[in-house]
Amino acid sequence: MAHILDERKGQVSVAGANVATIDCNKASLAGSVSQRACVFCGSRVVLYPIVDALHLIHGPIGCAAYTWDIRGSLSSGPELHRLSYCTDLQEKDVIFGGVKKLYEAITELIELHKPKAAFIYTTCIVGVIGDDVEQVCRTIEDEAKIPIIPVQAPGFQGSKKDGYKVACEAIFRLVGTKSKPETPAKSINILGDFNLAGELWILLDYYKRMGVHVNATITGDGRVDDIANAHNAALNVVQCSGSMNYLAKMMKDTYNIPSMRVSYFGIEDMSDALYDVARFFKDDEMMDKARELVKEEFAKLMPQLTWYKERLTGKKAAIYVGGAFKAISLVKALRLIGVETVIVGSQTGTEEDYDLIKKLCNEGTIILDDSNPVELSHFVKEKKADIFIGGVKERPIAHKIGLGFCDHNHERKEPLAGYEGMINFAKEIYATAMSPVWKFTK
Amino acid sequence: MLLRHTTAKEIDRKALTINPAKTCQPVGAMFAALGIHGCLPHSHGSQGCCSYHRSALSRHFREPIMAGTSSFSEGSSVFGGSANLVQAIDTMFTVYKPEVIAVHTTCLSETIGDDLTQIISKANDDGCVPEGKQVIYCNTPSYVGTHVTGYSNQVAAFVKFFSTATPKKRNVINLVAGWMEPSDMREIKRLAKVMEARTILFPDMTDVLDAPLDGHYKLYPTGGTTIEEMKLTGDSKFTIGLGQSCTEDACIKLENKCKVKFEVVDIPIGFKATDRFLMSLSRHANLPIPDSLSDERGRLIDLISDSSKYLYGKRVALWGDPDTLIPLTEFLVSMDMKPVYVVTGTPSKYFDARMAEILKDIPEAKFKSGELADMFLMHQWIKQEGVDLLIGNTYGKYIARDENVPLIRFGFPIADRPGHNYFAKTGYEGGANLVKQIMDGLLDHIDTNCLEEKVEFQL
Ligand code: SF4
Ligand code: SF4
Repeated sequence: MAHILDERKGQVSVAGANVATIDCNKASLAGSVSQRACVFCGSRVVLYPIVDALHLIHGPIGCAAYTWDIRGSLSSGPELHRLSYCTDLQEKDVIFGGVKKLYEAITELIELHKPKAAFIYTTCIVGVIGDDVEQVCRTIEDEAKIPIIPVQAPGFQGSKKDGYKVACEAIFRLVGTKSKPETPAKSINILGDFNLAGELWILLDYYKRMGVHVNATITGDGRVDDIANAHNAALNVVQCSGSMNYLAKMMKDTYNIPSMRVSYFGIEDMSDALYDVARFFKDDEMMDKARELVKEEFAKLMPQLTWYKERLTGKKAAIYVGGAFKAISLVKALRLIGVETVIVGSQTGTEEDYDLIKKLCNEGTIILDDSNPVELSHFVKEKKADIFIGGVKERPIAHKIGLGFCDHNHERKEPLAGYEGMINFAKEIYATAMSPVWKFTK
Repeated sequence: MLLRHTTAKEIDRKALTINPAKTCQPVGAMFAALGIHGCLPHSHGSQGCCSYHRSALSRHFREPIMAGTSSFSEGSSVFGGSANLVQAIDTMFTVYKPEVIAVHTTCLSETIGDDLTQIISKANDDGCVPEGKQVIYCNTPSYVGTHVTGYSNQVAAFVKFFSTATPKKRNVINLVAGWMEPSDMREIKRLAKVMEARTILFPDMTDVLDAPLDGHYKLYPTGGTTIEEMKLTGDSKFTIGLGQSCTEDACIKLENKCKVKFEVVDIPIGFKATDRFLMSLSRHANLPIPDSLSDERGRLIDLISDSSKYLYGKRVALWGDPDTLIPLTEFLVSMDMKPVYVVTGTPSKYFDARMAEILKDIPEAKFKSGELADMFLMHQWIKQEGVDLLIGNTYGKYIARDENVPLIRFGFPIADRPGHNYFAKTGYEGGANLVKQIMDGLLDHIDTNCLEEKVEFQL
């Protein structure tokens, strides 16, 4: 295994072949071309879809430029979140401190947009130069009478996963600050869907058809007032274990709101997400409606899926995504259309995630934590994968070695959640796996 | 409307940048380093920066971008990143086997004050750098300058570490490439070849960021200026820098180090700038400009004359980097168009002076460079008085849609259209490509937006 760094051997595993648990949660090795991002990145992507809040980055320009509208989190209302605001720190600020500039920037912004709340992100150097961001936020909060929430996210403090936690803490400062009197008893919060390509709206429709009231969506198409009232829901339905578990836990500890983990990818997991909610409310009528819904959607879906399955059977896929929980859903969804998964990797998986993946996958499947392009391209060739599922940095590598590619990260353009998402997914996999272009590569 | 939050009235801003027309230094350094064959860029800082820079370049070029990171931790932010960098150098040479590692800094490593000279000499002492391999570096703090500065610093570092003068002078002209697409570089190399000039272009992203798909992933693609060529630049008889902000520094360093005289010209965008480039090359290489190039020029002029009635007086807003905006604005003016708003986030007195000169006959024109010269300001100007055409990177698409104005994609980043790394905008042929795109933009807009009874077969 010369292509694997010695120090990384613990982070590579083969399903069935070795029982040792995978060595995850480990900082990337200096010098390895890691696909990982930082704390700031994690907090930014999670908070970003709160569309009526301001998101101001206190730091040099780069961190703001790279996170300007990079994620297609759709809004049904305000579009404030899609703009890029930055204090653009200069050398003089680094020497004399950026507090004054920060104060001015926030006040100018509030004046300009009259937002419901503001998130102030601090990046790597702000901690080092010692700006007291908390203090500035408190001062302006008193003056402007809106929540000004510091998001202390210096990148060096960890990986993207640590950023999720920082984001959860920021959201939690909002939770419970307002109560809407009319919150119905059978209401849920949707945690961990970011409304990429409008996926949240599909879920809202399903829950509505079941008679479930959705209280707050955190954070897809999110609103400050809804989040402030989130403590009045009966249940937190949490997708994507990585980003929102911590918020669910804090809400359980403080407001005693139970939570359940779901996934909206693939028909099995999607149906379970609906049934589990009905089961939670112990509501037969709700359950009947859920069954009805699933039946209806199935009838529409199955003939189309069969068409794809017939054609895709025998194809092999490699998966490298951010969260391991998503990887698990993907393995199942791929199986449904006849595609076998031969490589599964993630940037931020936990030990339990990887154990689950091992159980789920066929013997011989390669499992990777925090991989890099050299390793990935090696395994893809060795396992003769036809399709790669990953993010922006993996796409060109996949194409260079003549593989189909499906973006299951921020840059997806069609919803992949829910039943219609399953069809989109099958279509995308088919289009890329079967593209005639791959015949001309050699 | 995506930008419904933009007000027409300019607000008084002292501290707030909205929708920047720039990004940070390291991404420029990383980009430039990819133009040296067998070079692995390395970001000395937290892994987040490196990940962002790679993603930004990958989105733009749709090519794999490799770069290492020192992966700073809490500890490194307190005690410095020396241990991380030494380990990183060791790891990279062992696993990725580059010819050279080009280290650049980030805000964080600059702020905590890491001394790269010292760290790299320690890596050498510790035996982390194999025989015949090299580690070079440059400082790229993002709170100074922009991505353009980072590019310039990296190119200057190539000179500092590689260029060597020997007693044997060669009849070769160095061409220092400013920030442009591989397609633009390919065209410049073609022009030099047609003139039969012997040149060394550096950095050179052709066959690196426009690599053919052949079923193999190459960690180090076939293109790029080789280190051997880089060394030889010290023996060349002259240097032509293309673009003041990206290449002047390298040209000066080369003159100081190896006594190679230089001239900085604009990136050859449009016929005037192309004329100047070819004349400079002709003069210093002592070669005539062949007729075939005059014919290319003639075809461009022919195309402009055919289009002139549509080009006349069209108000254009543009944004991007000084080195491309200067010749581009000049080109538009020479075609009788009106570049009324020009914005770059990169601070540059040179830009201000050149713009004032180029735009002197268009009194309504406004331009701004540096802090607070951002896309929000540009949009406010457009709201005050509209334009017919936008030319700039993908960040203009929101304005294009809100104001219903055609957008020609030009610059960095272009994240929503492919092909800009394949079709040149430099030289006479690149100029023709530009005119074609401008005309397509303007005329498609007329065809879709004019009154039905005014739709015409012939335009
Ligand atoms: S601005 Fe500084 S901290 Fe931010 S991405 Fe650029 S180098 Fe990194
Ligand atoms: S690691 Fe630090 S400086 Fe770099 S992108 Fe993340 S927050 Fe910004």
